[in-house]
Amino acid sequence: MTAFLIRRLVGLILTLLAASIVVFLVLQVLPGDPAMLMLDTSARPDTIAALRDKLGLDRPAWIRYLSWIWGIVRGDFGISYTYSVPVSELIGQRVLVSLPLALTSICLSTTLAIPVGVLAAARRGRATDAGLMGIAQVGVALPNFWLGILLILLFAVAYPILPAGGFVGWEKGAWPAFRCLILPAFALALPQAAILSRVTRSAVLETLGQDYVRTALAKGLTGVAALWRHAVPNALIPVVTIIGLQFSFLLAGTVIVENVFTLPGMGRLVFQAIAQRDLIVVQDLVVLLAGSVIVVNFLVDLAYLGLDPRITHESAR
Amino acid sequence: MKRLLAGLLAATALSGAAHAAKDSLVLGMPLEPPMLDPTAGAAAAIKEVTWSNIYQGLTRVTAQGEVAPQLAKSWTISPDGLTYTFALQTGVKFHDGSPFDCSVVKFSYERAVAPDSTNAQKGFFEPIVKTECTDAATAVVTLKRPTGLFLFNMGGGDAVMISPVSAANNKTSPVGTGPFVFKRWVKGDRVELERNPTYWGAAPKLNQVTFRFIADPAAATAAIMAGDIDAFPLFPAPEALDNIRKDKRFTVSLGSTQGKTIMSINNERPPFNDVRVRRALAHAIDRAALVDALGSFGKPIGSHYIPGNLGYIDLTGAYPYDPAKAQKLLAEAGIKPGTEMTIKLPPPGYARRGGEVIAAMLEQVGIKAKLVPVEWAQWLDGVFKQSDFDLTIISHVEPNDFDIYARDKYYFNYKDAGYRAIYQKWIETTDPAARLDLVGQLQRKLSDDEPNVFLFALAKVGVWNAKLTGLWENQPIFANDLSGVAWTE
Repeated sequence: MTAFLIRRLVGLILTLLAASIVVFLVLQVLPGDPAMLMLDTSARPDTIAALRDKLGLDRPAWIRYLSWIWGIVRGDFGISYTYSVPVSELIGQRVLVSLPLALTSICLSTTLAIPVGVLAAARRGRATDAGLMGIAQVGVALPNFWLGILLILLFAVAYPILPAGGFVGWEKGAWPAFRCLILPAFALALPQAAILSRVTRSAVLETLGQDYVRTALAKGLTGVAALWRHAVPNALIPVVTIIGLQFSFLLAGTVIVENVFTLPGMGRLVFQAIAQRDLIVVQDLVVLLAGSVIVVNFLVDLAYLGLDPRITHESAR
Repeated sequence: MKRLLAGLLAATALSGAAHAAKDSLVLGMPLEPPMLDPTAGAAAAIKEVTWSNIYQGLTRVTAQGEVAPQLAKSWTISPDGLTYTFALQTGVKFHDGSPFDCSVVKFSYERAVAPDSTNAQKGFFEPIVKTECTDAATAVVTLKRPTGLFLFNMGGGDAVMISPVSAANNKTSPVGTGPFVFKRWVKGDRVELERNPTYWGAAPKLNQVTFRFIADPAAATAAIMAGDIDAFPLFPAPEALDNIRKDKRFTVSLGSTQGKTIMSINNERPPFNDVRVRRALAHAIDRAALVDALGSFGKPIGSHYIPGNLGYIDLTGAYPYDPAKAQKLLAEAGIKPGTEMTIKLPPPGYARRGGEVIAAMLEQVGIKAKLVPVEWAQWLDGVFKQSDFDLTIISHVEPNDFDIYARDKYYFNYKDAGYRAIYQKWIETTDPAARLDLVGQLQRKLSDDEPNVFLFALAKVGVWNAKLTGLWENQPIFANDLSGVAWTE
């Protein structure tokens, strides 16, 4: 197990290093000058030069790269060009929105999708199956931002029980802050639940056809017991894989939904930072997200081990 | 369910009744300021949050675009127009308790012209030779040359008074002399201000002010309909206005910004160095149809100046929509039908959608317009910095920016000695009547040379609760001055 962990850790560091080089090089090629974006079209050339100097943009690329990496090693993520605050502070605030939102959405979509998928598989070919999978098909096709607008119109404008958007901040209390996340969590979770329920259904259908389920039924287990004790646990591996992928997406791929709900999440931060050429923030975020994807994958691998004892550390590598 | 709904409706009715005694305001803005020091960045949103609310200058620009006293009670100008003597307000303190006096004026202006200054409008301060204090309440500013716009320029966000004590931290925790004190900033969502209990002037009616940042048009519409936002001075969803107008809860205000939306031309690149080609382009574009197609409520313009501004003259008739004449001018200049021209389009809707409309109009006169959408950073780098373009569509939003046509190096490369002579006279003239005449000459000269095709003035579409008073209809400078805003009833 220790060797396994060390291998994963080395892999993590190498991947992060590679990601940092790629993002740095891409940003070098990208046209656009952060100083110019901050000072706009009326500024005089000497003012722009003064700001470039202040931001340290005129140093050679390799020095900027090394000082950035050296900073990260020491835990200093640098100062945002546009916002003039430490990047760690900026990202920290956003994580406090994105992480609870992602967790809420993933809990919602999982609790919805797994029972629906299992039920549809158990009732395969019947009206329940057709009905549930029909709804899921619609859910897959629904763009989440559109669903978000619909939810706002329904629950914030027509029947104003939840805020139309924005985020009051956790310091206003857990419930007022969480209220702001309810509608966006549903907007994100429902389309994902639709996908997940279809995956669950086909995975359960596959295990239902296996010999061990037939054996279980033959030894006298009821259909329901055979389903939950044998078919479902064995069907969970593809389901967990999809949940892992969806979670990585939820951390930063939700910029459109964040825009609809004006949530200050990671997605909007990435988007703004790229548009503003806030290079240091983009670099930090890409590395951080690459890191979190790797960690999530690692957790998914650990889950495989738990779900299926036949999988060894060797094959989980 | 019905009972539940009735309960909810009653609850909203109650919160409606609570509006009567309201002294808080939630104001929506499409863009979030990157930081809160208006003397260190150009983003309009910085000034729209802070100017006249947190920070104040010696003078201030009013809703009508006139210059009025603020931290300077009054001033005198020497006959040669070079020496301005400001009598300062006394007993004024910054929010952190540090005093405001002449030393602050000296500090603020000297900081703005310093070699390492990152003031986006450093040009405003460039005429200043020195700032002296005859006593704590009198500031004497000496200029290199007479500067007609000096008092106007000192009345906006770029020229606010900054305390030496707090200057370094203003980006994140702004400290000024204004009627509102900065409370907190939830990045990505809102900035909160509250009434300054020790304000030197008349206390503002509002106690709490929240600026919320909503860029998405659908979200902005939902927020105002739901009552989450009380006012959107620059409403980002003009397509929703028809519905909002029908709703008696809201006031819809159609004013104007200082945005001169133009199709910029690279005057150095053939064939655009030929004035006939530029005039042909001006004749080929139907401005009224363009404004209609954009649904933007803009007013057509004929030069680089905004209707309603001091000394505005209507030159929209100079190049009436006339495709036949445009074709004739193009033929004279030797442009063959089917010639390709590239239009680079930055992200705003007036450019992206406007570009499509203009391309269709240019096709009518035999020009094949190739549309190239670019991101804002690309626009600044390629078009603005390197002048690598034929045509582009952009709104120049700074007020009175006639200087951009007189610069040695500016992206559209207009270089005309005649224009520069008029411009030089205009900036140095302080006599109001003579200035009016000169501002007319500037407009006429630009219309005549047509260095760019002048399209329309960007409208200011505001939506706010009908019970609110005191918000600005026009936007003579970037501002949301809330010192006089109040709820009626």
